[in-house]
Amino acid sequence: MQTEIKISSETLNIQACIDWVMLPESGGIDVFIGTVRNATKGKAVLRLEFEAYEKMALAEMEKIAAQALEKWPVQKLLIHHRTGVLAVGEVPVIIAVSAAHRDAAFEACRYVIDTLKQTVPIWKKEIFEDGEVWVAAHP
Amino acid sequence: MKIKVLAFGIAKDIFGNSSVNMELANDALVCNLKYTLEQQYPRLKQLSSYMVAVNNEYALAEDTIHATDEIAIIPPVSGG
Repeated sequence: MQTEIKISSETLNIQACIDWVMLPESGGIDVFIGTVRNATKGKAVLRLEFEAYEKMALAEMEKIAAQALEKWPVQKLLIHHRTGVLAVGEVPVIIAVSAAHRDAAFEACRYVIDTLKQTVPIWKKEIFEDGEVWVAAHP
Repeated sequence: MKIKVLAFGIAKDIFGNSSVNMELANDALVCNLKYTLEQQYPRLKQLSSYMVAVNNEYALAEDTIHATDEIAIIPPVSGG
């Protein structure tokens, strides 16, 4: 398998993701690790809650992975996304890409995270001390 | 025809449920569904945007809905 796509309610394992994409033929691995930030627009965030329309989210992530493989000479590509309640510093998403040369790995990794944020049906709710907000829901 | 509409994110809050049952004309279009939903749940119109997914694919306004389709309301996504 050239790609691994997963949605999980368990803690993501960064090292395992890197190991999965590494091949003897690889010249470089690019990894994007999303982390839960402690504030939004100066307001303290207590935690995030992620919800996925799992079947469709997996299908959309498969599409993005296939597009990346078509656009760049990538060896292996992994996308893992969390659901559930995440505390500050926890990891909601890991993208890992291996390639013979770094340009393809960097560009494919960037493409995958940017496109994921636009098209994959996953939602995050920010929980503040005085309330909660579904991110991007309202103008 | 009777259809079930799945809701996620803020749409679930607006519907007060993770799904709602709707009565639509046979062969209704996605835009008919959106109009009917917005009559019942006006807060949908306050969203930045929202899409309808039919059988796990983003649907166009003029796509036809069938009774056996899996329909979901997709408010603005915010994963990653």
